[in-house]
Amino acid sequence: MLRYTVNRILGMIPTLIAISMVVFFIIQLPPGDYLETHIAELQAQGEKVDPDKIEFLRKQYGLDKPLYEQYAIWAFGLLQGDLGYSFEHQLPVNVVIGNRLWLSFVVALTTIIFTYAVSFPIGVYSAVRQYSIGDYTLTFIGFLGLATPNFLLALILLYLANVWFGTSIGGLMDPEFVDQPWSWPKVLSVLEHLWVPVVVIGTSGTAAMIRRLRANLLDELQKQYVVTARAKGLSPIRLLLKYPLRLSLNPFIADIGMVLPQVISGAVLVSVVLDLPTTGAMLLDALKSQDMFLAGSFLMFEATLVVIGVFVSDMALAALDPRIRLGGGATK
Amino acid sequence: MTDLLQVKDLHVTFNLPEGELRAVRGVDFRIKSGSTMALVGESGSGKSVISQAIMGILPKSAAITRGEILFVDPLAHGEITDIAQLPPNSQAMRSIRGGRISIIFQEPMTALSPVHTVGNQIREALELHRDVRPEESEDIMLEMLRLVGFPDPAKTLKTYPFELSGGLRQRAVISMALICRPALLIADEPTTALDVTIQAQILKLLQELRDALGMAVLMITHDLGVVANVADEVVVMYHGEIMERGTLEQIYGAPEHPYLKALLRAVPRFHMEPGERLIPIREIQHGDTIKQWAERGANGGASGGDGKARPTEQAERPLLSVDHLTKRFSIRKSSLFGAGEKEQILAVDDVSFSVRRGECLGLVGESGCGKTTLSKMIMRALTPDSGGIVFDDGVQALDLLSLRGKELINFRQRIQFMFQDPFSSLNPRMSVFEIISEPLVIHDIGTPAERAAMVEELMGLVGLDRRHLRRYPHSFSGGQRQRIGIARALALKPELLICDEPVSALDVSIQAQILNLLKDLQNSLGLTYIFISHNLAVVDYIADRIAVMCRGRLVELAPRATLFKNPTHPYTKALLAAVPEPDPQQRLDLTALMQGRASDPAAWPEPYRVDGQRDLTMVELEEGHFVRASGEPGPVAVEV
Repeated sequence: MLRYTVNRILGMIPTLIAISMVVFFIIQLPPGDYLETHIAELQAQGEKVDPDKIEFLRKQYGLDKPLYEQYAIWAFGLLQGDLGYSFEHQLPVNVVIGNRLWLSFVVALTTIIFTYAVSFPIGVYSAVRQYSIGDYTLTFIGFLGLATPNFLLALILLYLANVWFGTSIGGLMDPEFVDQPWSWPKVLSVLEHLWVPVVVIGTSGTAAMIRRLRANLLDELQKQYVVTARAKGLSPIRLLLKYPLRLSLNPFIADIGMVLPQVISGAVLVSVVLDLPTTGAMLLDALKSQDMFLAGSFLMFEATLVVIGVFVSDMALAALDPRIRLGGGATK
Repeated sequence: MTDLLQVKDLHVTFNLPEGELRAVRGVDFRIKSGSTMALVGESGSGKSVISQAIMGILPKSAAITRGEILFVDPLAHGEITDIAQLPPNSQAMRSIRGGRISIIFQEPMTALSPVHTVGNQIREALELHRDVRPEESEDIMLEMLRLVGFPDPAKTLKTYPFELSGGLRQRAVISMALICRPALLIADEPTTALDVTIQAQILKLLQELRDALGMAVLMITHDLGVVANVADEVVVMYHGEIMERGTLEQIYGAPEHPYLKALLRAVPRFHMEPGERLIPIREIQHGDTIKQWAERGANGGASGGDGKARPTEQAERPLLSVDHLTKRFSIRKSSLFGAGEKEQILAVDDVSFSVRRGECLGLVGESGCGKTTLSKMIMRALTPDSGGIVFDDGVQALDLLSLRGKELINFRQRIQFMFQDPFSSLNPRMSVFEIISEPLVIHDIGTPAERAAMVEELMGLVGLDRRHLRRYPHSFSGGQRQRIGIARALALKPELLICDEPVSALDVSIQAQILNLLKDLQNSLGLTYIFISHNLAVVDYIADRIAVMCRGRLVELAPRATLFKNPTHPYTKALLAAVPEPDPQQRLDLTALMQGRASDPAAWPEPYRVDGQRDLTMVELEEGHFVRASGEPGPVAVEV
């Protein structure tokens, strides 16, 4: 087990290196670089561009060096926690995205908790009372959530929140707290705004998860060991919790690796509509303007989340399921 | 003896979308305390539904519509409880279930939760029904595990079910069922999924436990051999009704009901007269299609084409020779520290035999003995590590292992395979026509019209209605599906057919049908079979020569009659001793089982012992009778 853990951790290193190369070269693929895009923009606005200044900038950012050297500089910077410099914002990337990453993370985590909290009881109920009126009703609501476009739901909820609770439109906090240091009223304001994006982003995931939990659980409920446990005289609730529910969890744990980045990047549209200070909209801009270091940092951040998430889910699976822990490696 | 359980006029009905199904229709019986009653019937006869009704674990769609199940609990001073009236999830029912009446199931592989330890699952049953302190429950569990024959009970508590072999798992299930010392144990096909030697051990164990714990046993089975060995009284069921009941002697000595008589005639037994046929309850009707097919096959058939005649002299050379075949599987064991060392498992060890044209070679052995691996190597689905396989059609000898590419594909027509499980071996998304014609399509034989004609003929050959060609496998019964499998295997007109446990998933009466069909096909078409089975009685019925395998090794090979008359190898003896005969006069001799060590090569007596030091060879004892031993087996063999 220990050996497996160490192996898995060591295995993450080449994966991350490979990802960083792919990320770097894909961002570099379109012709030109940020400066050229920037010059074109300035010229289109009729402004004069000083060739000396351009040359200076190019040198300073290392854009005149060959690609592999640029990559090496970037990669070593990443290792030391230096994410580079955002051309567009004229600030170090760390500063630009620090706050946003944090808020993104809060939104994502709350959304995941919301999704699990809503979908688990409903999924279990639907499976145990298969084909009952309750099952049909909840399934119908779930499908509604799946089918409604997120941005539409976002607009409706924003309107209702504004009309009923007087919440300010858009953002994750009231305007007066933006760029202010953290304080208790600011936290309350965030909480007041948070529920709209959480519900919006969460509903679609909830419906999918209900369906999957229901299907998994229905499979497990057919199994022989459930009958064995009934024959022991176990009460229905204890039986359900101890045996089939436990076994139907495996696919969910296996999914942890996918959930985090999905929630973060899947919410781009919603964060644009809701004007959330999260990473989604900023990533889109950075990619459009070839803001190399900013875009690269975002992409690396998500890739790292996937790699770590998959690692965590593998470990959790091994811990929860002895068949994986003890039977692992036996191949024919 | 008093009645422990009385079932009176029990009716159970299933409410299914397609209508009501009356699975149990007016069943009466009683179980005396301390005795074993057997409930016998084929699948679908309602015997398992009765056990579920007694346990209060009927499926949601089923309900007891009439009748009583009276349980007289000896611990409750003879108070009578009507289980049929209790709500299944009520406290009263739950305390009976698992506490006073327990059940063990057929499949020890799936009956236990794979993610909880054996100890956890047994403890749960104990603590549900008995008020014990944790230290006490530990002792009770250890005692019970020792009672059911675990060598190291303390370690067993911490193991997971998938770490145990099938036999040990069933023992774990039994100890879980008996941990609360129930008054009645329901055993629902407890040994059907196990090897014969393990089956005999489990049956012996159940009998010992019954006497030690003073409980009654309701044994549900379709195996008349098992019944004859364990039951005091027998109830025979058919389509939800009781056909016949009586003591063991009455049932086997003087069966009265035609169904029971027919059932007894359908079971293959040892010591059948040469040429005696099993009489299935419903014989397959295939008219003279077999004869027509055979004649057509002689005119070249689809694969021959140029009509190259098969050699008429039937050369002495065998059709298939397997020579010192060896196959190892390596298992990578990941340990806590240190490199994952590779462990080599010898799946097939130095196996040599030959199959003559037109004969049926039976291959016998328990699960994991390498018989399927061997057959896969003959099929070229696996590549052996060393050894050779020669296929000789009388015209030329082919070295199978050297065939490549096109040659190999063409050769595949000549050996076909028939699978054990009629449910998973047919693609549920293909119609019967597509399934049977697929081999022809793959080998590009005939025009579509010719294929259609051929498939129709094949359907007739196996006695299926050719109007059902457009149906899908799910609308056929197990026996019918197995016949579809036979038709598919015959489509390419193979010379050798490897049948891997073709009847072990079937009911007795269906088994007789399939065995007879295989025999008829062999006689008329001149087919050669390798018939793999763990059931010696079945092999005895169909095979000409029998090869016995154990732990990857061929231990004995002899003509059928010789093997049964003069079994020499200790493993063969144990195997023969472990087969339950459907005859109460010939109960199992459980001492010959060597306490379950019969399949351990290191425990065999000299000169059969395998210690890795000496090379054992196949020694010929008499004409055609070989046994694996070092040098001359000596006086052991001669003593008959």
